Amino acid sequence: MSIKTEELVLNMGPQHPSTHGVLRLELQIEGEVVRKVTPHIGYLHRCFEKHAEAMTYPQVIPYTDRMDYLASMYNNFGYVLGVEKLMGIEVPERVQYIRVIMGELQRIASHMVALGTYGLDIGAFTPFLYLFRDREKILSLFEMTCGARLLYNYMWVGGLSHDIHPDFVRLTKEFITYFRPNIKEINDLLTFNKIFVDRTANIGILPVDTAINYGITGPNLRASGFKFDLRKNDPYSIYDRFDFDIPVGEGMVGTVGDCWDRFYVRVLEMEQSLKIVEQAIDQIPEGDVQSAIPKRIKPPVGTIYQRVENPRGELGYFIISDGTLNPFRVKVRAPSFVNMMILDELSRGHLVADIVAILGSIDIVLGEIDR
Amino acid sequence: MKEAQEIFDILKEKFGESVIEINTETPVEPIITVHPLKIHEIGEFLRTNEDLYFDSLMNLSGVDDANGEKVKDDQEFDTISGGTLSVYYHLHSVKHNHKITLKVSTGREKPEVESVESVWKCADWHEREAYDMFGIIFLNHPDLRRILMPYDWEEGSYPLRKDYKNPEFYKGMKVPY
Repeated sequence: MSIKTEELVLNMGPQHPSTHGVLRLELQIEGEVVRKVTPHIGYLHRCFEKHAEAMTYPQVIPYTDRMDYLASMYNNFGYVLGVEKLMGIEVPERVQYIRVIMGELQRIASHMVALGTYGLDIGAFTPFLYLFRDREKILSLFEMTCGARLLYNYMWVGGLSHDIHPDFVRLTKEFITYFRPNIKEINDLLTFNKIFVDRTANIGILPVDTAINYGITGPNLRASGFKFDLRKNDPYSIYDRFDFDIPVGEGMVGTVGDCWDRFYVRVLEMEQSLKIVEQAIDQIPEGDVQSAIPKRIKPPVGTIYQRVENPRGELGYFIISDGTLNPFRVKVRAPSFVNMMILDELSRGHLVADIVAILGSIDIVLGEIDR
Repeated sequence: MKEAQEIFDILKEKFGESVIEINTETPVEPIITVHPLKIHEIGEFLRTNEDLYFDSLMNLSGVDDANGEKVKDDQEFDTISGGTLSVYYHLHSVKHNHKITLKVSTGREKPEVESVESVWKCADWHEREAYDMFGIIFLNHPDLRRILMPYDWEEGSYPLRKDYKNPEFYKGMKVPY
């Protein structure tokens, strides 16, 4: 005689520490095994796209900060590149270099949060504190440059809001020498920790063709073993001048494309970002960072889709201009929004506790999913 | 790697009247306009053809063209009658590293576009968002619900349309408070 079982619906969130914000997951479980996950989003919807239509082009920039609030610099970057391309503005060399440095520092800071909170989800508290201690140093560099620590409004169409501080170069170099050994420390503390490996290896395996069909980008795609990075494959700004590698997942402790690979790719990417900053910091040319800012920002009629490699993947801005001072339409292709779609596929057949590990490894920011 | 004009010629030969025009005048990127009820077929061809192989849909966005006639409703509020809503598809081929933008336009009164969800999985949420914000109906979409707005948001009220009127009440509650 067998015991009759039936599926149970379990709500995870909207207030749940492992959902990294306000996200509701509707789990259909059979015992401890998850059969289906339905994400419900929209709790943080702030009408970015509607607002943007009522703003002038420069006024949209502070709103872009608030989408992916862990990578605000990069959100500015994508938007201003799009508008500049639409208007045909040539940006001074100095601005290009400073933008790349800021962007890469932001990538490191963003990955620090991703790695730290992932450890926290799995149950390792210490690496989180160490990573946040180091992130503080990057935030101080940003604060010194533009006065803000989280939402910068730093990159403007054609230039930057402030030039770098005279001490910036020295302090950034100090940060690089300080932080490089700490990556090894993270690896010792967390990455190769037996408990951590047991929780993440062979969990949530993402095959590469599924990833491409789902539009997955960024570290999540690269962890599946596919070498694709917009900084190399579709270069923008001055990324083609730097020498850096694209780390991909190799399945070192499990299968290619599992949670551990997604984690480790981010660790390796921090090293590569340090490498880019190191090269760029010595080459910053002299110049005026505000010389190319137009008096009136009024792009001609046209459309543009500009994409950049955000810490979470491909961040795209689709801007339609009707020749007035306000954008006709700004659509944001947020990397987390698309990456989130894969959750159901990855989670089926895993245990409830693994959902936390899978969700953390995708590294979502609800601010940009809901916009 | 293929230019937009070559891709247009291939599509034109294969699909004839369903591929309407190519617009290279817009600065920055050329746009191919196709028929809204043929987009699934064309998408499938673009994805599977060896020379084109557009395996990734970068972005899908709904747009209110606001090209209809402006009329006042009974409360003296501007609404738009007639005209079109559009959907833009930004495609990229990882294999050949070329890009193309497709566009479909559909009537504002009965906006119906074929879904490409079965061609590119990532269209799923993008199409739900376009439905949520513009009321564009994607035919054959498996799960066309609102996504960013609440599920019980007022029927027929689509926030990103250019003639959207801010509601005075939400479920009997005054907004803003």
